[in-house]
Amino acid sequence: MAFLRHIWLIPLLPALGALTQLLAGRRLSNRAVSIVSVGLPGLAFLWALGCFAELLKLAAPTYLTNLYTWLPAGPFRLANGSLAQLNVPVGFQLDPLSAVMLLIVTGVGFVIHVYSIGYMGHEGGYYRFFGYMNLFLFSMLILVLADNYLMMFAGWEGVGLCSYFLIGFYFQRKSAADAGKKAFIVNRIGDAGFLLGVMLITVTFGTLNFQQITEAARSGQFALGNGTLTAICVLLFVGATGKSAQIPLYVWLPDAMEGPTPVSALIHAATMVTAGVYMVARSNALFVLAPKAMLLVAAIGAATALWAASIGLVQNDIKRVLAYSTVSQLGYMFLACGVGAFAAGIFHVMTHAFFKALLFLGAGSVIHALGGEQDMRKMGGLRRKIPITFATFVVGTLAISGIPGFAGFFSKDEILWQAFSSPYGHRLLWFIGWATAGLTAFYMFRLLFMTFAGESRVDAEVAHHLHESPWTMLGPLVVLAVLSVVGGYINWPTERFGHFLEPVFESPFRAAGVQLYGRNDELGLMVLSVAVALAGLGYAWLIYVKRPGLRERLAEPPGILHQILLNKYYVDELYDALFVNRAKNLGNLLAAFDLAVVDGGVNAAGWLTRTSGDLSRFWDKWVIDGLVNVLGFGIKVLSYPVRVIQTGVVQTYAFFIALGVAIFLGYYLVHFRP
Amino acid sequence: MTIPPHWYLALGTGLFTVGVVGVLTRRNVIVILMSIELILNAVNINLVAFSRMFHSVDGQVFAIFVITDAAAEAAIGLGLIIALFRNKETVNADEIDLLKW
Repeated sequence: MAFLRHIWLIPLLPALGALTQLLAGRRLSNRAVSIVSVGLPGLAFLWALGCFAELLKLAAPTYLTNLYTWLPAGPFRLANGSLAQLNVPVGFQLDPLSAVMLLIVTGVGFVIHVYSIGYMGHEGGYYRFFGYMNLFLFSMLILVLADNYLMMFAGWEGVGLCSYFLIGFYFQRKSAADAGKKAFIVNRIGDAGFLLGVMLITVTFGTLNFQQITEAARSGQFALGNGTLTAICVLLFVGATGKSAQIPLYVWLPDAMEGPTPVSALIHAATMVTAGVYMVARSNALFVLAPKAMLLVAAIGAATALWAASIGLVQNDIKRVLAYSTVSQLGYMFLACGVGAFAAGIFHVMTHAFFKALLFLGAGSVIHALGGEQDMRKMGGLRRKIPITFATFVVGTLAISGIPGFAGFFSKDEILWQAFSSPYGHRLLWFIGWATAGLTAFYMFRLLFMTFAGESRVDAEVAHHLHESPWTMLGPLVVLAVLSVVGGYINWPTERFGHFLEPVFESPFRAAGVQLYGRNDELGLMVLSVAVALAGLGYAWLIYVKRPGLRERLAEPPGILHQILLNKYYVDELYDALFVNRAKNLGNLLAAFDLAVVDGGVNAAGWLTRTSGDLSRFWDKWVIDGLVNVLGFGIKVLSYPVRVIQTGVVQTYAFFIALGVAIFLGYYLVHFRP
Repeated sequence: MTIPPHWYLALGTGLFTVGVVGVLTRRNVIVILMSIELILNAVNINLVAFSRMFHSVDGQVFAIFVITDAAAEAAIGLGLIIALFRNKETVNADEIDLLKW
């Protein structure tokens, strides 16, 4: 029990690293920075493994610990009129759900930290990078391990802040600074929803503790479709759309690719963006009571999956394709949550963390090899130049495309099956997911072929320096590639993963036991989804490898659809017109008001003070000083006769002395006669 | 034969007058200093004359005091004049008017 009892060490270790780097990192050598900032997350990962092992041995797989009361808020009145006492503790909850997230965050996080040693080795601000990365891990672990909504919110804000820091890591570049701001502001909109949801939970349940809320929700005191719960779930989901980049708040994630590639892998693919999914899964007891909110989640998830995948079809920046693919895969996860298949959603979170981190790190390796080039039109033919990167990238691509045998296949197929068969599901949702699977396979193999296959389109200068990455970068790639293969077998052939998570997701309201579809239907759907993935693969191969000329014919001139997709449906422009420019105009208006009225008032006050000062100075100078001067002048005039005898010549004074003696002596001689 | 006291007094008065006039009229500070010596010596003559007249040595003792005083005064005076000359490069009393307002 030693590991579980000191579970607080897990977030504390990266926090220590962050403190070291941000306070003293400037004075440390790169080597020392690497040892501290990669070693501490590594220790945290080992500790997490220990906790996981001990959790499995417990009778009921839930471990709760309360460190201290953070916010003793005192008594207040609930919405239903009863009195409640709210104390928010700093407490950790380790159950199957948070254990899975814990292992993903520390494990993938550690691997990406190792990778960063190689990738960031030649960059300035090495210590700053690792300081923020460690701070991110700390925040993410707080988010994952929290036992109440408020602590989770603290972690939620922490990861958002670190995301902002790291997107704007190359802050000299305006686009990076803007992307950081965009991410932060868009996330704030979602966070407002989350916070409102938390407030509504507080006045509804009188507690923020997950355990207590789940118990209250499952106790049957709330009817199915309860309005308050629906509102709570919708508000929480608004928060999730911000953090997890769903329609309509997904626009920040593609821009977030301005950050260093390990950041994109860790924060914008594997961990932070799945926080929304985690939060919805954590609130599953509330969501199952709000079918309308569930439908919203599923619909938004499916729509986002298709929407982002279609944009990804035509993007030319290697990281942007992966970014849209991330948005799309997150849509799958929400689709799973929305149809009540929370376990499938979390399963996809895990496999996605493996293969998407792998793909991003592989893309980073490609970018590293090409000296910073990200445009796929200037790549091609790299498979012989960087073979290990290529091999691992192929594994990642196969995994995300849902080719049987790789991790992505198992989780994606589970989601599609649940979307079709679950009582919350619908054939339309399944169809959208299925179509998206085809698009995913196409754009991922398009990426693979454009980057690694065919003739080299690399600039001669760059080609000269082409090199395979160092082992600190290749090692993580290999580890993640292995995980991208074996990760799927955790839930196959028996549903071990689903059973493991069952204590968190069991609910009397779920799936009223009506098994509408049988095993044959599942197999049929599986065949269909494999077929569509292979079709996407084949089509990509056809136009990018077999007949490159066809691609040029298709692209020239670019059709209207192509143009729309290339410009991302003009959503950024639409938001600019609808919100950003309005906000800017309002800002300008307020600035003008500030300048005219507020500054005017201040300036008028200043002018008044100055004028009254001038007046009193005038009075002082001519009246007060005048009186003094007149007095002085009078004294000067009166004293003039006395002044003239003061010649300063000793002899004059001697003369007056002698004269005085003579006068007194004469007077004496005249008057005093004996 | 004794010389009557008023002779001495007349000599003293004469010498004193010469001294005063010298102090008041001469320009050269050294000459002024010398004139002061004349005044002091006029006093000495009176003291010695009265001492003899009254058959008392008090007057003579006083005269010696005055001579001592005059020596000290001459030393200090000349020192002042040297200091003055070093600063003002003059010993002309008309040009030394530092006491002026």
